[in-house]
Amino acid sequence: MSHVVSPIREKLVSGGKSYHDVTHDICKQVEGEPTKEWKWAFGISCIIFAYGAYCLFYTWWQGIGVWGLNKTVGWAWDITNFVWWVGIGHAGTLISAVLLLFRQKWRTSINRSAEAMTIFAVLCAASFILAHMGRPWLAHWALPLPNTFGSLWVNFNSPLVWDVFAISTYLSVSLLFWYMGLVPDLATIRDRATTKGRKFWYGLFSLGWTGSAKTWARYEYMSLILAGISTPLVLSVHTIVSMDFATSVIPGWHTTIFPPYFVAGAIFSGFAMVQTLLLITRVVFKLEDYITIEHIEMMNIVITVTGSIVGIAYLTEFFIAWYSGVEYESYAFINRATGPYWWAYWMMMTCNVISPQLFWSKKIRTSLLVSFLLSIVVNVGMWFERFVIIVTSLHRDYIPSSWAMFSPTRYDIGDYIFSFGLFFTLFFLFAKFLPVVNMAEVKAVMKGVSTNYPAKQAKAAKKSEE
Amino acid sequence: MSSTTNYILGVYDDEDEVLHAVSEIKAKGIKIEEVFTPFPIHGLDTALGHPRTRLPIAAFMFGCLGLVCAQALINYTMVFDWPMIIGGKDFFALPDWIPITFEGTVLFTAFGLVTTFCISNGLYPGKEVEVLDVRITDDRFVMAINLDKNKVGAADITKALKDSGAVEVNVK
Repeated sequence: MSHVVSPIREKLVSGGKSYHDVTHDICKQVEGEPTKEWKWAFGISCIIFAYGAYCLFYTWWQGIGVWGLNKTVGWAWDITNFVWWVGIGHAGTLISAVLLLFRQKWRTSINRSAEAMTIFAVLCAASFILAHMGRPWLAHWALPLPNTFGSLWVNFNSPLVWDVFAISTYLSVSLLFWYMGLVPDLATIRDRATTKGRKFWYGLFSLGWTGSAKTWARYEYMSLILAGISTPLVLSVHTIVSMDFATSVIPGWHTTIFPPYFVAGAIFSGFAMVQTLLLITRVVFKLEDYITIEHIEMMNIVITVTGSIVGIAYLTEFFIAWYSGVEYESYAFINRATGPYWWAYWMMMTCNVISPQLFWSKKIRTSLLVSFLLSIVVNVGMWFERFVIIVTSLHRDYIPSSWAMFSPTRYDIGDYIFSFGLFFTLFFLFAKFLPVVNMAEVKAVMKGVSTNYPAKQAKAAKKSEE
Repeated sequence: MSSTTNYILGVYDDEDEVLHAVSEIKAKGIKIEEVFTPFPIHGLDTALGHPRTRLPIAAFMFGCLGLVCAQALINYTMVFDWPMIIGGKDFFALPDWIPITFEGTVLFTAFGLVTTFCISNGLYPGKEVEVLDVRITDDRFVMAINLDKNKVGAADITKALKDSGAVEVNVK
């Protein structure tokens, strides 16, 4: 397993860890009593979740009339949240699948939590799809099930139906990929278990894993194929989300640039969210030796690249609006930048185009505090991007008498709070009960990437004694 | 691994050593039952002489099945069972169906592949296993040798394991 690693590469595991240290450090928080910080964090997210659940329940009970939508702006805050969460949900599978195909070793210590984050973000997005249905108990109508109306089937030519398939496939395949990645680590906890409960539960889910060479060989093939099919899957999901807009005839939405532009934006915001969570997790769980500055820097570089792609997309949109000669299109864009929602547009431009460019400076991209702040700034910007695309394209209708503005109600905001409560509650449960770093993968790349890998010296010492 | 007395376990603490040890032990005419490791070691399965897995073929087959199923469902609903005029376009609107056909292919491949993987390795939820050494999932590499299947005596095997760098030799 020892590969040739360029000496200019930074070490990915610091502190001279042995394999046993890795097991110990990662299993510690699963096996120990929850820390005070964890209890506080979990408690607060449960309160947020409870308040949000009330708002969502009220929305379901009363119907979506409780939102601030009007005849002109028929899609606003909540569809913004949906697109925002789906976008965030792209990073995990991108890190585990695309970076696996590219053999990027730095993914090993962050892929587990990034994938977990992906799954939770997609669940948050799903809560908005259900809310938008107005009658969520009829959600199965979006599936091609035989029914008593004829059978009247769903329209497979509609991007909204493509979305149902894309997102449910993405959620289930991501969940499967994540779970299969967990199996060897669950076996580790099973074998270390000192209590009956832990032995039972981790034994149940570790599927009787033994770690035989034959199983590992098949496991590697399986991971590689899952990565191979997940890569186009990730790209397809946000492509299809963008088609919900791009296949319409609304000026500002009806553009062919949307699929690549949305995918780049999704990776951009997803990496920023992973960055936010990692910077918290590494401190709370004392994982500084596994999630090093090198990891943070790599993430920041991806954020800069995707942020620049997003910036170019914004400019291209503007250029094409003028170059196409379509006056509706030109108006939509000039209105975005100078109309009543100018502040949202410039918020988006500042957060998404200018702020990631700061990472060209090595000092900034290796600073924990700045990375943390900018990761939040990026996600604020990405929320505004979706808000700008959706609301500013709608609020100036073709007839000036229909012109309107959008203002959110407490239930628009409450449903958004619900998604944060759901996300953080699930994330803290994950961080307590499952290993946050993929131990088997980290161990597999340690030779060559760990500082002062100690076993070699120990062996040399033993040989000389003999 | 139902038998409890007929195994000799060579315990190693380094992946490169166990990889070299496999060929050393095999060269002495000793049959190795299996090697258990905390993480995958590239080349170990070929060193042990395991045949290449056919999982990729299974994955491809499941992908084809998914593609066919998705196309069959869409064609049945949109062309035969209840054709709808949408914008005066052809009922058979293949380009519109590419996204869902793709998703179906991926879905079938993923679940078919993982199911096949679990079946071929005999993995299922709640399976009871006799763990040869609890440190296998932590930091030890264990080579299991079945005495019944070997003509070489236990003492010679133990010596061969020690010579190849095993830090412990246990009998189970």
